[in-house]
Amino acid sequence: MRRGPRRRAWESGDREGEMDAFRLVEDGRSCEVPGEVIGGRVRLSAAALESALGYALGPEGLCRGERCFPVRDRAALAPGGAIDLAELARVTGRPLALDAEERAAALGTPVEDRLAALRGLEAPDFCLPDFSGRMHRLSEHRGKKVLLIAYASW
Amino acid sequence: MPITVALDQNADEPRPFVERARPTHPSLLDTEHRVAELYHIVNVPTLIWIDARGVIVRPQDNQFGSDVFTQFHGKASGPYLELVRAWVRDGSGALAPDEVRRYQQLPSAESQLARAERALAWELQRAGRSEAAARHFARAGELAPRDWTIRRGSLPIQGKNPFGPDFFELARQGGAEFPMDEVTPTRVAPRAKL
Repeated sequence: MRRGPRRRAWESGDREGEMDAFRLVEDGRSCEVPGEVIGGRVRLSAAALESALGYALGPEGLCRGERCFPVRDRAALAPGGAIDLAELARVTGRPLALDAEERAAALGTPVEDRLAALRGLEAPDFCLPDFSGRMHRLSEHRGKKVLLIAYASW
Repeated sequence: MPITVALDQNADEPRPFVERARPTHPSLLDTEHRVAELYHIVNVPTLIWIDARGVIVRPQDNQFGSDVFTQFHGKASGPYLELVRAWVRDGSGALAPDEVRRYQQLPSAESQLARAERALAWELQRAGRSEAAARHFARAGELAPRDWTIRRGSLPIQGKNPFGPDFFELARQGGAEFPMDEVTPTRVAPRAKL
């Protein structure tokens, strides 16, 4: 992503067509993947995307781990061997927040996944730090009742 | 076992509260709002009961541990604390699965996109791209106008006062409805109109 005053967002012309760093945020983590912005569409290096997020286009479709999404229009998803980010989001049903000018995007979780989990009533596991930096998992407390309290200083 | 999760942008803001409380339970920090998304939390405080099997037995409930702000939100803390004690003692107050489903708040496609916009905004803010961040915080707020983890939670991130004029406007518009308000008997007054 363009950072700070050295790389100004309105210099949108000078980097188009080059595979420069594109920042992807997902699941609370961010990474950089080489990509280009052409006519507002974001195309990411397929190899780097696979390495960073685990998506690979194969005979069964777009796969990540054991989950594969059927791909009807391969040319739209993989123009010239790169991966079109908006098309990836559409194929996988993931919400996409995109700022092509800032060369940054966030991929979210499909509502279907969250609905299935919440309606199943199993408390989703998580791993978070305490104020000493020590990590804690919800599932460590299985066997006890847990009162989960979300709060904030705001 | 209480587990507290602070939906704050860093440890500094909630740390004084945690240190004063000297908890013997896990007090966690959720800067990326992971738990907010996993449990579809749209305001604070939100309390969720999870039984010993790891099953949600009381869904999102907007209840308070003290009466400091009762004149604003209209709920008393005593009855809720009593409810929790009874649950710990003998399991009472846990809801059956069909009741949990009846009263749980659920995400939508828009609210999921709002969370992605918020995540992008947060990343941009940390990269010093505050104008771009503001656009995406605003977009997130348009998609989820009743989600105060987004609309109020983003105020301190942008250097704005979450207890000031921006908040008065939010309070005027109102936060999310909690279906559990029908079930948990803590209301002693209507919510104050600002």
